[in-house]
Amino acid sequence: MNLPSTDEIIDDLEFLDDWEQRYQYIIDLGKALPGLPESQHKEEYLVRGCQSNVWLISEEKDGKLLLHVDSDAVIVQGLLTLVMAAYHNKTPEQILAFDIDHYFAQLDLENHITPTRGNGLRAIVGKIQQLAKQSQA
Amino acid sequence: MSLNVAQIREQFPILHRQVHGKPLVYLDNAATTQKPQAVINALTDYYTQCNANVHRGAHYLSDEATRRYEAARKTVAEYINASRQEEVIWTSGTTEGINLVANGVAQRLKTGDEVLVTEMEHHANLVTWQQACKRSGATLKVVPINEDGSLNTEQFHALLSENTAFVSMPHISNALGTINPIKELTAAAKAKDALVMIDGAQGVAHGAIDVQDIGCDFYAFSGHKVFGPTGIGVLWGCYEVLKDWPIWLVGGEMIATVSYQDATWGELPNRLEAGTPNIAGAIGLAAAINWLRQYDAADILAHETALLARATQLAEQTDGLTIVGHAAKKIGVLSFILDGAHPADIGFLLDKQGIAIRTGDHCAQPLMKRLNVPGTARASFSIYNTLDEVEMLFEGIKKARLMLA
Ligand SMILES: Cc1ncc(COP(=O)(O)O)c(C=O)c1O
Repeated sequence: MNLPSTDEIIDDLEFLDDWEQRYQYIIDLGKALPGLPESQHKEEYLVRGCQSNVWLISEEKDGKLLLHVDSDAVIVQGLLTLVMAAYHNKTPEQILAFDIDHYFAQLDLENHITPTRGNGLRAIVGKIQQLAKQSQA
Repeated sequence: MSLNVAQIREQFPILHRQVHGKPLVYLDNAATTQKPQAVINALTDYYTQCNANVHRGAHYLSDEATRRYEAARKTVAEYINASRQEEVIWTSGTTEGINLVANGVAQRLKTGDEVLVTEMEHHANLVTWQQACKRSGATLKVVPINEDGSLNTEQFHALLSENTAFVSMPHISNALGTINPIKELTAAAKAKDALVMIDGAQGVAHGAIDVQDIGCDFYAFSGHKVFGPTGIGVLWGCYEVLKDWPIWLVGGEMIATVSYQDATWGELPNRLEAGTPNIAGAIGLAAAINWLRQYDAADILAHETALLARATQLAEQTDGLTIVGHAAKKIGVLSFILDGAHPADIGFLLDKQGIAIRTGDHCAQPLMKRLNVPGTARASFSIYNTLDEVEMLFEGIKKARLMLA
């Protein structure tokens, strides 16, 4: 998949001011996310949200973390794409240096990444940061 | 006379606010109802004028608080047609009421006994009994539902036996809106000498309850689902059954005498109400009931029936929409799924349009599994909802679909 960069996303969303256009953009990103085959929707990869589920598989290659994610809800898939833009195919150092809260605030989407939102996004971010720490060690 | 819904809406301040810059369309009433000004005033008035602890003070305010608090119990007793006020036990909500009963039942169950629940249970009326059975060695039997979401009453009768010690079932399903024939089923269970509990969390929101007419032993509900405050609920129990019911929480208020090594228990209702109660909550709940009682029950029913009928009609006209639960007898709830759209996406895009619904498993995971759905989107209606709001819901669904297409 050709992931947009975080800067591209920030630029794109800046131009969209009504909620419909913004969420249409996120939905379209979500649809473009390749996701995971059904057979990979395994318990061990699952991060349960109270509204929707998220799956995460990771591997390390040439010192970078490759991430494969999916969700059963398309808006969450879209939001995951925003997360992937920040973390996929990056070194552990890059991942740990990235300020995800600031990024979501710039996108004016910070409410999606608060721990109270039951979409599993916060948990995924925590998991990715932990993976980065582990591979540094 | 039909209900003057505009006049009712005027009394709910929260219905006049905006969310995401849109007028609020509140269709999450099965989760909790909004509060009329009369209830808000009762709470404010209590804390402004009357706050004191009950049953113990030898002073003016304590006497007055006690009087108001016990008057609230009387209001509830009348509303549900309890034969005695002591049958009304204050709890924190339906969940606590069921736990209080399940805790007592667990102490009395023995191996070989059976407890009957249904496939449509809210977790509050499932996990409680499942755990009571695990603790006591009794067996949990689950009455199946039919494809339309109604209870399979034939199976109910078939599963009843001499071994059935306890039956607990919902008056109305929170996930499907199904109204169960609780009176008939209670009679069948009583004929086998089983005790019967009704989970009335949803039942109480849709009309007056007559516990004597139902014939059950216990009926539990939450104040917050009937326009009252959160944190207050009622467990009604038939006096003869309740009077020596195993004690639940121990501490102040519920004792008769205490020595360092022993204690004796007080009388009903106190023996099942340890500690300082939710005085303001009880008074607020009574205010809610008094507020509701000014309207004619038949008018309320007619209005809610019209809302659900219109919603069902529009749902049936919506391509790719499947209604989850279409029992012949249902009220208040439209649960649905849409082809190609996850309930969470629908809920989210409706929220952005100011429309509040609930999505997910509705605290009924086994039921969702049984129905083979990941969860549903659920719109639930109350006395203050309008036919216009039903139209707005479907406009909202249309927009959500366009965006997700
Ligand atoms: C059918 C049913 N039972 C029990 C409960 C639990 O009520 P509470 O959370 O107020 O204790 C609910 C609340 O959603 C319900 O709908």
